[in-house]
Amino acid sequence: MQPVTEQPQLLEIRGLTKGFPGVQALAQVDFTLHAGEIHGLLGENGAGKSTLIKVLTGVFRRDAGTIRLEGKEVSARDPADALSLGIGTVYQEVNLLPNLSVAENLFIGRQPHRFGLVRTGEMRRRAAELLTGYGLDIDVANPLSSYSVAIQQIVAIARAVDLSAKVLILDEPTASLDAQEVETLFGILNRLKSRGIGIVFVTHFLDQVYAVCDRITVLRNGRLVGSRPIAELPRIELVSMMLGRELAAEALHRNQRPAVSGEPLVAFKNYGKSRLIEPFDLALRPGEVVGLAGLLGSGRTETAKLVFGIERADSGQAFVDGKAVRLASPRDAARLRFGFTPEDRKTEGIVAELSIRENIILALQAQRGWLHKIPRAKQDEIANRFIKLLDIRTPDAEKPIGLLSGGNQQKALLARWLATEPRFLILDEPTRGIDVGAHAEIIRLIERLCEDGLALLVISSELEEIASYSDRVVVLRDRRHVRELSGNEVSADTIMTTIASH
Amino acid sequence: MIRRHLPVLITLAVFIAGYLICLAQFPSFASTRVIGNLLTDNAFLGIVAVGMTFVILSGGIDLSVGSVIAFTGVFLAVVIERYGLNPYLAFILILGLAALFGAAMGFLIHAFQIPAFIVTLAGMFLARGLCFVLTTDSIPINAPAYGQITDISFTLPGGGRLTFIAIVMLLTFAAGIVLAHFTRFGANVYALGGNRNSAELMGVPVGKTTIRIYMLSSLLAALAGIVFSFYTSAGYSLAATGVELDTIAAVVIGGTLLTGGYGTIIGTLVGVLIQGLIQTYITFEGTLSSWWTKIAIGALLFAFIVLQRGLSAASVRSRSN
Repeated sequence: MQPVTEQPQLLEIRGLTKGFPGVQALAQVDFTLHAGEIHGLLGENGAGKSTLIKVLTGVFRRDAGTIRLEGKEVSARDPADALSLGIGTVYQEVNLLPNLSVAENLFIGRQPHRFGLVRTGEMRRRAAELLTGYGLDIDVANPLSSYSVAIQQIVAIARAVDLSAKVLILDEPTASLDAQEVETLFGILNRLKSRGIGIVFVTHFLDQVYAVCDRITVLRNGRLVGSRPIAELPRIELVSMMLGRELAAEALHRNQRPAVSGEPLVAFKNYGKSRLIEPFDLALRPGEVVGLAGLLGSGRTETAKLVFGIERADSGQAFVDGKAVRLASPRDAARLRFGFTPEDRKTEGIVAELSIRENIILALQAQRGWLHKIPRAKQDEIANRFIKLLDIRTPDAEKPIGLLSGGNQQKALLARWLATEPRFLILDEPTRGIDVGAHAEIIRLIERLCEDGLALLVISSELEEIASYSDRVVVLRDRRHVRELSGNEVSADTIMTTIASH
Repeated sequence: MIRRHLPVLITLAVFIAGYLICLAQFPSFASTRVIGNLLTDNAFLGIVAVGMTFVILSGGIDLSVGSVIAFTGVFLAVVIERYGLNPYLAFILILGLAALFGAAMGFLIHAFQIPAFIVTLAGMFLARGLCFVLTTDSIPINAPAYGQITDISFTLPGGGRLTFIAIVMLLTFAAGIVLAHFTRFGANVYALGGNRNSAELMGVPVGKTTIRIYMLSSLLAALAGIVFSFYTSAGYSLAATGVELDTIAAVVIGGTLLTGGYGTIIGTLVGVLIQGLIQTYITFEGTLSSWWTKIAIGALLFAFIVLQRGLSAASVRSRSN
């Protein structure tokens, strides 16, 4: 590997400052990107990564500072303008047009044409040729929506690069990809890097940082913490840069506790739904944490949806306290004092326009029925209690929840269900898209909850994490519960080998 | 490939099935006379439906078209009959006025981010109101040019006539197909209907496209108004009430998704013909009230909207599997 610092400077940001009412989002941040490097941009939520990207791509105006691209000072008016300057961005939620064909997505606005008519054949030929360069051999005449998120993301990258991007910003591109797709993406990034493109890579996965980045820059609370070549940076040091403190061992290892015994609180016998998930048995005792582990699409979320009544089982029976119960809708589940925080916070969890208070009391109010309005004083009391209890960082309870960072939104969602005093709580990816600090807090919260006698079912893609707090781990593969690990078997290694075994 | 064109294919199948039913009951449906009349009688609806297809594809709606048709008729009648203006000059004048009217609506929709429903509803009242300002009577148009134009027709084998206005409609559809599927403007229209934000981020000129879409819709509504005035040889303030809704129905039955992004111009032609077919059937039947047309259209519309929901749900499912 050649030393990247000898490459010319491609993008140079000096003293970038941006404030919002009440928050200094960026303060005197420097950032340097060289041509032909993959540069990890890391930090907790609220560190200023998104703001930096948005200022760079013209979504926000900066208060102070300079941005130089290839030595020339630039100032993008909007994302389209940034793209024309040579700064392309690919977001986690692909911002393309699902209803148009792949070819049109690649060439919209610059379709090859003759006499005012688009030369569709020529456009498709060039699109196919372009994608072949990315190892993608697909029918470009099909609508984009007929392909997986991974392919859509590659199309988005191909588009940005083809539009003469010199700088490619990838904002959490791997969050919804499985391991193999991530591999493919990294292959593409390395190829682009060798072509001299500078890549800014925002991610929460430390493994991926070490797998693909040449250099990292860490932000914290809107300030630059440091910028270092990854090869000489130990993992623990990277984490402490991000957190601003030494990582406490307790964040990753659960105190060994005696096995929970007693009668199960909730049990599912031969519970399943055809085409969704094969019938499974599952039982949780009070105070027990059961993890669901498996690859994307292995049936983890499907299990959660069945258990919470979002999907209706077509076989088997659910029991609470040993008695058979009806579980045909989330209302039934809530009545049985189940709670569920979904994987997709933004669309299935929070109501972004409502305040934190309103979001927190939502489930409780629904449970009481809409005719029995919770008195405002009581609402304030509940909201403030949970904001304090879960350390939700906000100036006050009346702020719209959409303005909070991901970790704080997740805590508010937890509060929503905790307010109903549930007995059984299902957490689907409670730490996804959340920075390391909030991550540890949520894990500690999970542990505290089960000490209070709550039964918890937790889904997570992070094996270390799931192994650290689970009493038992159910491993899923191909929409089937394949094995249940307990006691000393619960470790990231066993989970991995179980997933990989045939 | 087949999946993508399924809505249009279903529309086509409905039309063919309907035609066969009519044919079984009334053998004269096979004659070119019936077919020629089907095209002539629905010419104005077809023309305005082309514009509406663009509007709906972009995720919008245009409620003003019926009023624009009526205004066109009244305007032509007044300027030609009362002021003796040359009819051809009058046509150019009204097309220009309508284009300005549509552009203004498009501008309001884009610049102030007002829902198209509201803006075009206002446009609908405005245009209808202007009709009454010009005149409250039904004014016959007797200009010789009108007679000359309506006399143009091709005789089809079997005695049917392909009239001038039917030809105008077919040409409008041909132009619409080219515009929607083979130009950058067409791709931009689909892009707006797919996701307005993404389209903007991808550099689609959202404002310009929006203005042009509503301009096109009003322009075609005025063209439909001109054709309608050939058809009725009069201008009347209360003409074409509710045509905007017939048009929307034709577009949706033609397989265009009401939420935008998916659909075809050719589907709209079939949608218009299905409406015409039902109308013709009821005329042939003789005993049924013509309101049965509306009932049949209503039922079909329901069926198609349910079908579209089903199809899009199925495609979401197939992708997540």
